[in-house]
Amino acid sequence: MNGFVKSNSSIRKRLTIQLLCGAAILTICLVLIVRSFAQQLAEQSQDNILAASLTSILDSASIQQGEIAVDIPYSAFSMLSNLADDRVFYRIDLNDEFLTGYADLPRPNLAANSNAPVFVTGPYRGFDIRSVAATRKLALGEQPIEVRAIIAQSRNGMQETLSEISRRVILFGSGFFVLSAIIALLAAQSTVGPLTRLAASVSRRGPQDLRPVIARVPEEMAPLVQSLNQFIGRLETSLNRSEDLITEAAHRVRTPLATVRAQAEITLRRVDKDENRQSLREMIRAIDNSSRAAGQLLDHAMVTLRTDHLERHEIDLNGLVRESVARMQAVANLKDITVIFENTAPSPIQGDIILIQNAIQNLLDNAIKYSPPDSRVEVQLERKGTVVTLTFRDQGRGLPSSDAERLTQRFVRGDNVAGTVGSGLGLTIVEEVMRAHGGTLSFENNPDGVGACVSISFLLS
Amino acid sequence: MRFNIFSALLSLFSGSLAMPGYSFDIEHQQNFESRASKPEVLRILSTADIDLFTPMILSFQNQNPEVTVNYDVVSSTELMRALQDEQAPYDIAVSSAMDLQIKLANDGLALAHNSFATALLPDWGKWHDYVFAFTQEPATIVLSREAFADFGVPETRQDLISILRDHPDIFRGRVGTYDLRTSGLGYLFATQDARTSEVFWRLAEVLGNLSVELYCCSGAMIDDVSRGKIAVAYNVLGSYAMAREDAKDKILIIAPRDFTTVMMRTALIPTTSQNPKLAAKFVDHLIVSAWSAEENSGAYPFPEINRNPAASDTSLRPIQMGPGLLVYLDGLKKRRFLTEWQNAILQR
Repeated sequence: MNGFVKSNSSIRKRLTIQLLCGAAILTICLVLIVRSFAQQLAEQSQDNILAASLTSILDSASIQQGEIAVDIPYSAFSMLSNLADDRVFYRIDLNDEFLTGYADLPRPNLAANSNAPVFVTGPYRGFDIRSVAATRKLALGEQPIEVRAIIAQSRNGMQETLSEISRRVILFGSGFFVLSAIIALLAAQSTVGPLTRLAASVSRRGPQDLRPVIARVPEEMAPLVQSLNQFIGRLETSLNRSEDLITEAAHRVRTPLATVRAQAEITLRRVDKDENRQSLREMIRAIDNSSRAAGQLLDHAMVTLRTDHLERHEIDLNGLVRESVARMQAVANLKDITVIFENTAPSPIQGDIILIQNAIQNLLDNAIKYSPPDSRVEVQLERKGTVVTLTFRDQGRGLPSSDAERLTQRFVRGDNVAGTVGSGLGLTIVEEVMRAHGGTLSFENNPDGVGACVSISFLLS
Repeated sequence: MRFNIFSALLSLFSGSLAMPGYSFDIEHQQNFESRASKPEVLRILSTADIDLFTPMILSFQNQNPEVTVNYDVVSSTELMRALQDEQAPYDIAVSSAMDLQIKLANDGLALAHNSFATALLPDWGKWHDYVFAFTQEPATIVLSREAFADFGVPETRQDLISILRDHPDIFRGRVGTYDLRTSGLGYLFATQDARTSEVFWRLAEVLGNLSVELYCCSGAMIDDVSRGKIAVAYNVLGSYAMAREDAKDKILIIAPRDFTTVMMRTALIPTTSQNPKLAAKFVDHLIVSAWSAEENSGAYPFPEINRNPAASDTSLRPIQMGPGLLVYLDGLKKRRFLTEWQNAILQR
C-alpha cells in the first residue's frame, strides 16, 4: 500500500537547523566576547603606557635655580611608539597657564584634590585620541605651584590591532562554526539513523513477513516499535482469520450446494410430471446461480486479500493461458464452442500466479458464457516492446452500448445479459488484479459488430 | 645625451627668494622643465643642495618625461615654517631634519602612502606610512689634512679632545660646528650625540674654549676646512664631504669610532600637495633608487645604503624614527638644551 503519509519537515533537517542555529549563536557570542575582551585589553594596555609616560614627564618636573623645569625624558615619548600609526600629543600647564607642548590640546576635567590620572577619549586635529592628565604639586619658594601634564595618543594603532584581532576572531569563529556544522550534520544523521534503519527494514520485508521487529532500537523508539509489533500482530491475526474464513466458507458453501445440486439432478431423472420437472430445473438453475455467486464472492475476497500484499514471482503467461484454456475446454465443448489459442513464445511477467490465473479464468469463462452455441472464442497473446497483451474475442452479444465502464464495478452486470448466470464480480476481480500488477484492462465490441473483445496488458519482466 | 630629450631648461635663482603670498625664505630655486606640451608639475621643498639632488630629479624625469619639477631649497626650520605655519602647497618635503619630519607627520600634516616601494623599506627606514628614508648619511668630523699632519688622525671624540686640549694655540679660532640655534640638522645631531654620550658636552666645552666658529650648514664648513680657514669641523654631513671631489686631498673625513650618528634623509607628502599621485610616484622613485639593489645605476648620488647597519659596524647609530624625536622639539626642552649648549660653547 503506497498510501500518502502526511509529513512535515524531516527530523534530520529540523535537528540540523536547530544545531546550526545554536552553533551560530554560540559563534557570534564567542566573537563578540573575545572582541570586547580584546578591546578592553588593548585599551587597558594603551592606558597603562600613557600613564607611565605621564608619570615620567611629571617626575621630570623640578625647581631649578628658582625656576620650574620640565625635562621631558626621551623615553616618555619613545615608549609610545610601540603601536602602528600612533601620534603623540602633549601639553604641560603650570598653574593653569600653558607652558609647553600643543597649546590647543583639550584639557580633561581633573577632579579637585585627586592625584589619580584622568583618562578621556575624544577628537583632536581630526584624530580620535586617548588622553590622560594628572597634576603634580611643587613648591617654588613659599608658593605652591601645580604642574599639570596631558599626554595623548591617537587610537589608530589600537583600532588596527583590534580589527586585526577581530579578523582573526571571525576567522576562528567561522572555523568553529564549520566544525560545529559538520558535527551537527553527523549528530542529526546518527539520531535519525535508527529510524531510517527501522523504516528500511520494515519496508524491505516481503508481504507475508509479519514477524515482529526484534532489532535493538534506542529507548525513545521502543514505544513506537512496540506499537508497530502489536499492530503487525493484530494484522497477522486478522489476515489469518480472513484466509481461514474464506477457505472455510468455500468449503462450507460449495460442498452442500454441490450435494443439493446432485440430489436435484437425480430427482429430475426420477420425476415424470412436467411441472415437477420444470420446478426442479428452476431449482438446479438457482443452485447454479448461487454456487457461482458464492464462488465469485469468495474469489473476490481472496483477490482483495492477496492484492493488498502482492507477492511477485516470475510467471510464464503463455503457459498459464494454455493451462486455463485446457481446463475450460470441457465447458466449451458442452456448447460446441471452439477455443482457439495459438501457442507463442514464453512471455515472462512478474506477478501473483493465483491472481493472474483467476483473472484469465474469469475472462475465459465470460467469453464462453456469453458466446452462442457452436461459435468460436479466440485467445491471442501478443508481445509489443515491453508489453504483452492477452486478448479474448467471442462472438456473443457483445458489450452493452452504454455504461461499459461501469461493468468493472461490483455487482454490476450488462443490461443485455438476462438469462445468463453471473454474479457481476468477474470484471471487478480482473480489474483489481490488473491494477495490483500495474497492468491495464480494456474492453470493446469487435469491429465487425459481433461479440466482445477484452484485453489485459502486462509489462514483461 | 640621454637628458637632451627633456632639454632640461634650467633656470637657477639664488639669494633670498619667496613664494608669492608666503613669507618663508627660499635659498635656491631651480626648475627642471619638461618638454611635454602639457607638463605635470611636481613641487619639491627640500633641504638638500641642488647639485647633490639633481641626479635624482633627472633620473625621475627620464622615466616620466611629462613632469616638470620645481625644486626649492630651504633650511629645515624654514621648511617647517612653510608647511606647518603657512601651509605652502608642495608635493614633496625632503629634509635631513628627521625630528621635524616626524613632527610634521605626527601633527597630521603628511599624507599616508603605501606602495610596492614602501614595502621595500625595513621598519626602521620609515615611520608608518608617512615618512620614508632614502639615504643614510653619517655625521662626520672633517679635518684639514695639513693641520693634522703632525698629530696623527684622531679616531674618536676622545682622541680629538686630547689633541685639541694639548694644542690650544694651534686650534684657537680654527674649529667649527653647526650653530644649533639656526640649523635643524645641527640640533638633531647634537641632541642625538648628547643622548648617546657625555663626551659630547666635554667636546662642546673644548670647542667653546677654542672660540669655535658656528656655521649654518655642512657645505660652508667643508669649504672653510678645505680653504684652511679652520682645521676641524664637527658633525659635518659625510655625504657632502665625500661628494667634494675638489677638496679630496685637503680634507680628512672621520667617522668617529666611539659612535657615529647616522641621519636618514627622509621624504614625505604634505597634506597640501596638489598632486599626491605624482608625489607618491616620486617618493617611490626615491625609495627604489636608494633601497633596491639592482636599481643603483649611478644615478643615486648618496652613499650606498647599508641595509643592516647595526650588524656591520657597532659604532653606527642610526637615528630612530619615532615620537621620541619629538622630545627635543619641545619648546622648554629645546630652550634648556640650547642654554646649556650656549653655556658650553660660547663661554659667555
